[in-house]
Amino acid sequence: MNDLTPVDAASAAPAAGVGCVDAPVLRERGQREVFCGLTGIVWLHRKIQDAFFLIVGSRTCAHLMQSAAGVMIFAEPRFATAIIEEKDLAGLADMNDELDRIVAQLISRRPDIKLLFLVGSCPSEVIKLDLKRAAGRLSRIHAPTLKVLNYSGSGIETTFTQGEDACLAAIAGDLTPAAPAEATHLLVAGCLADIVEDQLRRMLLEIGISSVDFLPGRNSGDLPAIGPGTRYLLAQPFLTDTARILDGLGARPILAPFPLGAEGTFLWLSAAASAFGIDQAHVDRVTAPARARAEAALARIRPRLEGKSIFFFPDSQLEPPLARFVTRELGMVCVEVGSPYLNRQQLAPDLALLPAGTPLSEGQDVDRQLDRCRAARPDLTVCGLGLANPLEAEGLATKWSIELLFSPIQGFEQAGDLAALFARPLVRRELLGVRS
Amino acid sequence: MKLAVWTYEGPPHVGAMRIATAMKGVHFVLHAPQGDTYADLLFTMIERRDRRPPVTYTTFQARDLGGDTAELFKTAVQNAYARYKPDALLVGASCTAELIQDDPGGLADALALPIPVVALELPSYQKKENWGAAETFYQIVRALNGATAAEPKAARAPRGDRRPVCNLLGPTALGFRHRDDITEVTKLLASIGVDVGVVAPLGAGVDDIRRLSDADFNIVLYPEIAAPAADWLKRTFGQPFVSIVPIGAGATRDFITKVREVAGLPNGVDSAADDDLAGLRAPWYARSIDSTYLTGKRVFIFGDATHVVAAARIASTELGFEVAGIGTYTREHARDVRAAATALGVEALITDDYLEVEARIIALQPELVLGTQMERHIAKRLGIPSAVISAPVHVQDYPARYAPQMGAEGANVIFDTWVHPLMMGLEEHLITLFKDDFEFHEGSGASHLHASAKAAPATTETADAPRAEAAATRPEPEQIRIDALDPALVRWSADAEAELRKIPFFVRGRARRNTETFAASRGFGVITLETLYDAKAHYSR
Repeated sequence: MNDLTPVDAASAAPAAGVGCVDAPVLRERGQREVFCGLTGIVWLHRKIQDAFFLIVGSRTCAHLMQSAAGVMIFAEPRFATAIIEEKDLAGLADMNDELDRIVAQLISRRPDIKLLFLVGSCPSEVIKLDLKRAAGRLSRIHAPTLKVLNYSGSGIETTFTQGEDACLAAIAGDLTPAAPAEATHLLVAGCLADIVEDQLRRMLLEIGISSVDFLPGRNSGDLPAIGPGTRYLLAQPFLTDTARILDGLGARPILAPFPLGAEGTFLWLSAAASAFGIDQAHVDRVTAPARARAEAALARIRPRLEGKSIFFFPDSQLEPPLARFVTRELGMVCVEVGSPYLNRQQLAPDLALLPAGTPLSEGQDVDRQLDRCRAARPDLTVCGLGLANPLEAEGLATKWSIELLFSPIQGFEQAGDLAALFARPLVRRELLGVRS
Repeated sequence: MKLAVWTYEGPPHVGAMRIATAMKGVHFVLHAPQGDTYADLLFTMIERRDRRPPVTYTTFQARDLGGDTAELFKTAVQNAYARYKPDALLVGASCTAELIQDDPGGLADALALPIPVVALELPSYQKKENWGAAETFYQIVRALNGATAAEPKAARAPRGDRRPVCNLLGPTALGFRHRDDITEVTKLLASIGVDVGVVAPLGAGVDDIRRLSDADFNIVLYPEIAAPAADWLKRTFGQPFVSIVPIGAGATRDFITKVREVAGLPNGVDSAADDDLAGLRAPWYARSIDSTYLTGKRVFIFGDATHVVAAARIASTELGFEVAGIGTYTREHARDVRAAATALGVEALITDDYLEVEARIIALQPELVLGTQMERHIAKRLGIPSAVISAPVHVQDYPARYAPQMGAEGANVIFDTWVHPLMMGLEEHLITLFKDDFEFHEGSGASHLHASAKAAPATTETADAPRAEAAATRPEPEQIRIDALDPALVRWSADAEAELRKIPFFVRGRARRNTETFAASRGFGVITLETLYDAKAHYSR
């Protein structure tokens, strides 16, 4: 199990030519079978407990929101859609007045809301409704009890997890710039399950990083000022815009593989420690028990998956780090690793660890990709909800990719759970006696 | 703009997808941004379909908007035609593409494909899913029968000795029990000597649509979907249609009578009798004495117009419930629901805002809620038993077993489905008699239901518990009198609170509110035992 190539976790960027760092990528342009960025609201609205997400869009947006999660969250969701109607488009109603009216209606029903996001959609972007201006106006109207921010989750600009990126970028853009003299502190960016966040925070504290904040905070007021003293570490691989905003505030990135699996989590924590000048031997010692637990959990599942082939359809941008995890820690073989967008810079540490020659693809032409998948007949296909049952019916085992967003998968304690997500479809087929 | 949390219907292009997915050999090219592909999962996940819907999306992005989205659309059409070789093609736009005005119909025509191309106008900012489905089916029927229709309308040939033939119109993909309704209605028709020619759109191909006019008449199973197409077939081919929806024993009997009349078959002296309905057990089950406890149960009904009207009739005349309220989200068919409401002496709720529906349910305090998945969730939260009778429904309402709503078996299924969530007769009595039994109380739920599905009404039980505890520990308040009082400020004495809990849970919420209103109107700040019974006497006058 411990045959991992040692990597210098502290190194900023892996050298060219290592693994898949500068491997060729198949870029495709065609039908994309992906969610739009609005979908991120499904988890974001649970994470930030005093925030409300108001989509300014169409009936399609509202319908997407209640269908996307596969379940309806009826516990009074903290999101809704302001549906644009014919009279708005015909100019019979002033859309800004309408928006003000709807926000007032919303706030009177939910006075506990402290942060309101106006979320742009395809229709609102196409008609060029200025939600930034609207957010400023509404912030002034409802100050100081309510702050209003905006971002776009539209399908013409964002794919699935890019919605979270846009949301976090909006939050980051609103943070107070810190004075240059401010003490060094760590900001972990990317929405994580509360339990994962707590584990990582404890681990980072034990390592010796005392000031740790998570973006987004559980409440809108939970975040510190950001400046040159801020070192930020991404916990999710889809935060291109958020990183740019943090860079702009003077914060400095810590580059690391993403905290998936025992190896990924160890390298991620090590990178943080190194950035704070903490001795690697100390990190080794502090992380040893949890790492050993994670490796033991993986060792139990590995025999089921070792040598099995896997095909990733593009979905969340988590695909490259997941591919690194399944190849290095579970011994699987990637037939294709698709991602809606490949941020080579942020993914460099993960790509460096992917076996050279792993086929990478970016974007999608779903029909052609399905052709490749059918031809390869992988042992496991990771894909979206629209494709899973049809592929199962064709005899291919599938794992719904959305579960990788809706489950706690990061960190040492979840490494076994993450592996189990990949093993379960195969175990299930065995139990049911399905021939592939 | 309109604030919406949940919606009963999707946009009209989802209705068009339901038709395309239902049919064979039809492909739909939808001009839409990426993200609109979410609609595929309605079919593959919720309905557990084993193949992708036959839909190609152009999935344009922001960078395409400056360029040529029209060219993108044409390429998508060409690729879809080359790959899927459909017998007919539908083209249309989703809400965003409607705004960029690329004219999918004109673009597709320019490609001069060797198959029929049906251009759909789906006004997303005005219309909704069912309208989109109805419009799409109508346009397909028209487009594929246009050539025949242009010929002079010949008088329909006399049937002679041949058995009458009808088409079943309306079943779609993602329909509520459509799959099983077709089987049941086909069986029912066969039993009275009527054959089914074409079922459409579900399972129909282009050739089937082209031979719709061969049948003697049409049966509109789902008016929300098939009414415009049936109207057109009647106007164009002189094909009569039957629009009685056979949901419930009574409606099924009426349906048989009407079908015989339209088919030219003799009806019995008393029109259709239960003898025609082999296997119909629901009427006897309703009459059997165990069902006595169903008498006067207050029920609230909400859903699409067809299912609501049918459910109201079953509830009031076949189960002996009291219909406390009905409503629909289908504005296009609101008139039928209003008429049914008037006949029942209640007010119809016509809305697509689930918060309004929730408010109505809370106000009416029904003992059973019949509705869509939305009402099921509302009822669950309020602790009221419920059953699903109409789309939209979720994955658990596409059962593996045969579970029609129509015909004899449909009536049986409905009896079981509606009665099952209720507590059984004697059990309810025992619970009311012995309030303090620690393991046999209303909080433990009906004994035939799973423990986790316990009927602990949120409005009464869970809301009561903390108040009761608080009442037990705090010192007994003295009666205070004020001239005008907000009912919300009225407090309960511990003994009155305890007495309230002895009132059957399904009327307790109402009793609480009535008593509080009564106390407030009399200026009583505290409700004592006396006040409770004064209020009871006041309201029972």
